[in-house]
Amino acid sequence: MQFMLLFSRQGKLRLQKWYVPLSDKEKKKITRELVQTVLARKPKMCSFLEWRDLKIVYKRYASLYFCCAIEDQDNELITLEIIHRYVELLDKYFGSVCELDIIFNFEKAYFILDEFLLGGEAQETSKKNVLKAIEQADLLQEIFERASFQHLLWDSIITHHDIHVTFLRIPKKQRLLAASWRKSDSHKNALLLCSSLAS
Amino acid sequence: MALKIVKGSIDRMFDKNLQDLVRGIRNHKDDEAKYISTCIDEIKQELKQDNIAVKANAVCKLTYLQMLGYDVSWAAFNIVEVMSSSKFTYKRIGYLAASQCFHESTDVIMLTTNQIRKDLSSPNQYDTGVALTGLSCFVTPDLARDLANDIMTLMSHTKPYIRKKAVLIMYKVFLKYPESLRPAFPRLKEKLEDPDPGVQSAAVNVICELARRNPKNYLSLAPLFFKLMTSSTNNWVLIKIIKLFGALTPLEPRLGKKLIEPLTNLIHSTSAMSLLYECVNTVILCVQKLRILIEDSDQNLKYLGLLAMSKILKTHPKSVQSHKDLILQCLDDKDESIRLRALDLLYGMVSKKNLMEIVKKLMLHVDKAEGTTYRDELLTKIIDICSQSNYQYITNFEWYISILVELTRLEGTRHGHLIASQMLDVAIRVKAIRAFAVAQMATLLDNAHLLTGNTQRNGICEVLYAAAWICGEFSEHLENPAQTLEAMLRPKVATLPGHIQAVYVQNTAKLFATILKSQEGNADGTTSEETTQLMIDRLPLFVQSANLEVQERASCILQLVKYIQKLQQKDVEVAEEVSALFAGELNPVAPKAQKKVPVPEGLDLDAWINEPPSESESEDEQPKAIFTKEEPKHSRPRHTEVDEKELAKRREARKQEQANNPFYIKASPSSQKVYQDAPGVEHIPVVQIDLSVPLKVPGLPMSDQYVKLEEERRQKERAEKKKKEKKKRKEKRSGRGKKHDSGPESEEDITPAHMVDIVTEEMPENALPSDEDDKDPNDPHKALDIDLDKPLADSEKLPVRSHRAAEALKSPVEDAEAENAGPQESKKKSSKDKKEKKKDKDRKVDAGNLITSTDLLHLVSLTDGFLFFVCDIQGNLQDGSQVVVSVIFENKCSSFLKSMEFNVLDSLNSKLQRPEGSGPHDGLTVPFQLPPGVSNEARFVFTVQSIVMPQKLKGTLTFIVKNEDSSTHEKLDFKLHFTCTSYLITTPCYSDAFAKLLESGDLKSSSIRLEGVNMPFHHLLARICFHHHFSVVERIDSCASMYSRSIQGHHVCLLVKTSAQTVSIDAKCDEPTLLGNVLDEIKQTFSQC
Repeated sequence: MQFMLLFSRQGKLRLQKWYVPLSDKEKKKITRELVQTVLARKPKMCSFLEWRDLKIVYKRYASLYFCCAIEDQDNELITLEIIHRYVELLDKYFGSVCELDIIFNFEKAYFILDEFLLGGEAQETSKKNVLKAIEQADLLQEIFERASFQHLLWDSIITHHDIHVTFLRIPKKQRLLAASWRKSDSHKNALLLCSSLAS
Repeated sequence: MALKIVKGSIDRMFDKNLQDLVRGIRNHKDDEAKYISTCIDEIKQELKQDNIAVKANAVCKLTYLQMLGYDVSWAAFNIVEVMSSSKFTYKRIGYLAASQCFHESTDVIMLTTNQIRKDLSSPNQYDTGVALTGLSCFVTPDLARDLANDIMTLMSHTKPYIRKKAVLIMYKVFLKYPESLRPAFPRLKEKLEDPDPGVQSAAVNVICELARRNPKNYLSLAPLFFKLMTSSTNNWVLIKIIKLFGALTPLEPRLGKKLIEPLTNLIHSTSAMSLLYECVNTVILCVQKLRILIEDSDQNLKYLGLLAMSKILKTHPKSVQSHKDLILQCLDDKDESIRLRALDLLYGMVSKKNLMEIVKKLMLHVDKAEGTTYRDELLTKIIDICSQSNYQYITNFEWYISILVELTRLEGTRHGHLIASQMLDVAIRVKAIRAFAVAQMATLLDNAHLLTGNTQRNGICEVLYAAAWICGEFSEHLENPAQTLEAMLRPKVATLPGHIQAVYVQNTAKLFATILKSQEGNADGTTSEETTQLMIDRLPLFVQSANLEVQERASCILQLVKYIQKLQQKDVEVAEEVSALFAGELNPVAPKAQKKVPVPEGLDLDAWINEPPSESESEDEQPKAIFTKEEPKHSRPRHTEVDEKELAKRREARKQEQANNPFYIKASPSSQKVYQDAPGVEHIPVVQIDLSVPLKVPGLPMSDQYVKLEEERRQKERAEKKKKEKKKRKEKRSGRGKKHDSGPESEEDITPAHMVDIVTEEMPENALPSDEDDKDPNDPHKALDIDLDKPLADSEKLPVRSHRAAEALKSPVEDAEAENAGPQESKKKSSKDKKEKKKDKDRKVDAGNLITSTDLLHLVSLTDGFLFFVCDIQGNLQDGSQVVVSVIFENKCSSFLKSMEFNVLDSLNSKLQRPEGSGPHDGLTVPFQLPPGVSNEARFVFTVQSIVMPQKLKGTLTFIVKNEDSSTHEKLDFKLHFTCTSYLITTPCYSDAFAKLLESGDLKSSSIRLEGVNMPFHHLLARICFHHHFSVVERIDSCASMYSRSIQGHHVCLLVKTSAQTVSIDAKCDEPTLLGNVLDEIKQTFSQC
């Protein structure tokens, strides 16, 4: 497979994965051209088209088009199956996936794709194994984030006139707490206040 | 500084994460670009902060913006920073961003080599996985060369998760660095029988991709794949294997027979359409099955059925032709892709017998088709079908010409020039058809207004170009040349495009010559004088043309005609001389003829003929050139007199012009019989102009009638033949006559209606016979055409990472050798090996590439032919007192190695970490055994108290060599060398933080000078970065500041300056001893080059 594109019915690109090195300009040109061609096709038409010296295999799921470019000798039906498998994986991971899931968690969508395909070839044909790998990697991330949550990072103190302002940051939720205190008292009081707020 | 930190915090309070960004973009639909540019400014601020979490967040947002089409290449270095974070969360984001944004020309990629290598050997399998995934997207030839060996090692990793990824990525490495294929291939082959199905399928994938491109090198694997095919149940793997066999069978015909059985089994048993399709594609015997696909209501299957059919067509055209009905049906499909496929099929299916019928059907579709693109496609296909293999299938060229004429009725086609060139080609090359063609073209010219009436139908008026030319060139065939001449001189012609007008003008002159010729024999010269007058009246219109070409030709011919008129008034016979103007034979030239002309000896086409112009000259030459180009045309004198010399000159010019005309390259007139009387053409139709039906060119014979005529003709021929046969049979008195009677006529039976003499195109004398110009020299797969069965030569081994210290410092190899009382042979072998490595290294440096294989910190050791072991020493950033030593054991002998035990004699400072409960002198068991040829990696953790001094630790490795009948106990002594550099970790640092650090005054300084360093400055820096784990903070001309940090948090700052061949390094560090040792090591590195 040479590349995979996901785009919406409005022609907005949602995901792109290139397995051949191309310049940004070239990529943009190809994307524009393909999005136009695919969107112009009617729903009843077949999923394959020839384009330059490649074959394009696409399929529409709800409002999203999944579009792959394969070489001349590759099997179109298996490519359709790859697309379908990827959709199934997204579905399992997000729980009935929708376009917004992919927009807001686009890095996750990439991680899943990377576990499923590597360098344009299917690397894992078992759905279970792909999801297991993703879950474990996520778990690793989670553990790290929880650890930093426990530390309740103390960001900084601003001294302004006679008031201390202290910021506390909780990484996971990106929440920031601020507390102010009179200068006469120590900024540790502000920190204490923050900690109690956080817990 | 404090203020800056505070400011940073306030910024972070307003930090957007990815979700906020996406939401923001969705809320700013109207001024998206403006919103995003403010976001990019924010991101730039965030990237300036030291906090890695903030950076990762910023990089994540950038990746999203990159997808929206914004340029983020400026942040490449930040992406590398995030990649090198030790936290998986950030590393993952960094690699994702890199795989999306990096491409081969991204220059920071060369900085990542070390980082990727570190991640590849990380104890966490997900770190390794993420690095492999990223690498698959941005691997460059340099990365491939430097990392090939690491990835190859990973192919034998204990975890299938890593093995699988490593196997797949090897394919990308092969493409970028073909030299790695041979050394890596045995291991790849081994993976075909991996216990894990994922790894197995990855290996099948890679070998299949390789074999498809260069099948002959993989024939020896056929038995192995055959076994896999019969045993595997995984459809994904089966498809790949079948594809592989598809590539192999043409090379080994016996394979085909063997495959029939398993393939038919699969075809009958499988429920997966994709697998069925692949089988069918490979076997190419199951046309009937394909019919099922095409008849299916699922559009996808229909499409694929047609596609497979076209493949079968190439080898077995007969079997496909019986499905013509079905394919013609597909032409009615509403899906354009399917129609186009069917068209392609038709192209291959035509024969002499069915050509007319198929084209007739296509013509119907042309009329029905909506949408110009599809109609244009149909048009080109019709022409392709008819003209293929030098008009092989056309039996009746009159029919073809009328088809072409019918095609001119198409509205708004872009392919006017295509039709035109076909007309020219046929008229020129098929002599017998000229009379007919000329008649048709004359009618076309007469009705030119129908073709040009609408400006939108511009494309089609190209046809007039051909029509005018044919009528002029072969005017001797015209029945009524005067009428045609009149048609060509109508004022309406002036609205045509310039190049067509030019042809018109030129050919009126030819027509004029013919008319004079035919009329001069007559007693009264009035008609010829009338014609002359007509020319003189009408030509001035063209003399005024805005188009230079038209103007020039018209004025030239006008003068010529005026001169002729003068002569006519004096009753001089001019016809012969005028005709002589257009005499001469122009032969068709083959398209490739120019290319095939051999370059004469001693001719250097690249050499300058004159002195090359200097830079400054060429600049003002530009406007001058334009001026001179225009000048001669404007100032060209109007011809007042025409003498023989002038005429000859013009003739020469005309020939020149024709040679430059693109239409003449492919086809030029073959011969022209000037002194021949125009033969009567029988059925030139009477022209009637019927304006109410503007789209039909009236009066033309319809192509349909030819189908009927042809049918009748064939029948007649058949009947005659039969008669003859009967006669023969009667003579022979043969009783079994019925067999011969009816039945479809075969291809050879059909004789063409015209004795067609197709003039072949000319080639230059002594043309080069080669026809290799079709191959693409840039095909990356060409480099992978490598013989894999040849035994591996030593020189082909992958660049193994070996440390510089291995040669210059007291090398551990030497230590091992000195202590190892093994047989003489082993010493020889190891020193030879070393030499080779050194050679390898020299070569790489010559190539001007510094980041090469020689990176690894530490020892390369070789025992008495049993075991090969490489190890890498790295500090552990998470724990300031830990050093991880990774050792790769490779079994080099043909016996089994087991019970390996690794032990090191602890020093006061450094201790090997042993499991709880074991004594201080116990060895650690290596957790695996090694079958022959296999390698695996083990890690050992050492606790180090002080890192300021380099350390040497003595150790032993004991193992059992097991043969079939005996087993022996072996022992290997070695030394581990912990340099101070191995305690340093590459850490990026910003110039302001760096400045602050230097100002703080806590650092002790020291300096060294290196003499005779003969390399570019950036190579020098790259070398320090690479070998000593520094990063460049800032570089100004020939001066750079660099930074690194030890695992215990010592800051090491360098200021590197160079002048001439001297490099001075001023260094600062909070630990003077460490600094001294690091500087010594740097000195060592450079003393080697």
